[in-house]
Amino acid sequence: MSDAGSAVVATVENIAERIEAERDHLTELDSAIGDADHGGNMARGWAKAAEKARALEDPAAAAVVKQTGKTLMSEVGGASGPLYGGSLVFASAEIEDGMTEESVVAFAETYLEKVQERGDAEVGDQTMVDALMPAVHVLKKSIETDGLSPIEALAKAVDAAERGVAFTVPIRAAKGRASYLGWRSVGHQDPGATSTLFILETLLETAQTYIDADDSTVISVDAASPTASDRVDTEEE
Amino acid sequence: MIGLVVVSHSPKVADGIGDIAAEMSGDNHIETAGGDRQGGIGTVPDKIESALAAADDGDGVVVLVDLGSAVMNTEVAIERSDVDAVIADGPVLEGAVNAAVAATSSTATIESVRKKAENASDIDKR
Repeated sequence: MSDAGSAVVATVENIAERIEAERDHLTELDSAIGDADHGGNMARGWAKAAEKARALEDPAAAAVVKQTGKTLMSEVGGASGPLYGGSLVFASAEIEDGMTEESVVAFAETYLEKVQERGDAEVGDQTMVDALMPAVHVLKKSIETDGLSPIEALAKAVDAAERGVAFTVPIRAAKGRASYLGWRSVGHQDPGATSTLFILETLLETAQTYIDADDSTVISVDAASPTASDRVDTEEE
Repeated sequence: MIGLVVVSHSPKVADGIGDIAAEMSGDNHIETAGGDRQGGIGTVPDKIESALAAADDGDGVVVLVDLGSAVMNTEVAIERSDVDAVIADGPVLEGAVNAAVAATSSTATIESVRKKAENASDIDKR
């Protein structure tokens, strides 16, 4: 199994575990302003994706991501299937030739673009875009402009997503099931923004594990001189 | 002949709307895709994709949808499918009835049927 491939499999497994742990929390958020299925749907979909990822023999990173997206589309149901899964399928093409700082930023941008295209949502609509867009923009800026390491950039992206989740509380939903509630959606945290944050947090934690634990685990370069551009192998989103 | 597909979060709603529209559809076939994989409330692209294939006889398909994720999952199904299909952006029940009538016309095209279905947005109840 390629190093990047095994890191991505571990990421999918860790996300499945995290979403399962947050199942009731997400369902609680969704029952306040939605149809109370986000926790169960996401947990089922990611569990299936983890199972399928484990079963792959010698997978490339992009192949794991693509399969995960397809599994989410079929298993999650509802709007989360196409939003989380469909966007992964499209974005996986960006890392087909390997994971570099450039390709990971492209991956994140394509993922955001597809989420927005499919959901027709902007920042301020009380959706996952409120967490995702600042995270992707901060990731891009941190890498391209500020020259931060991928891990530092991802940590900043997680912070941005966390602020985005908080931002969903005082605003009124304009997309998704919550929009039917009108002003009654004000004061509630968006479940999709929340699960997006959990996914990003897990991405960061997994990336840190792979890079800190043993620099020969994932990084497929001379162990004596790991370079920055090779240190992004675990960033699948 | 233009095929019709009704997509709803509920299998009962999809089938019920299909039944109502079928009264006006002559010999035309109406397929339905309702509910999630487990038969609960929701939508999944796989079911919709099968319905598209079943409804198509080569002339294309017009799809009537209910809420949010029905639209997204239908878009996914259309992207994956070889069937020439479009979503009608109108009310699912009245749109299905309008579309069923429009599809019986010998000169019907997917665009003409879609248009009739979307005109249902302007129907006055009294």
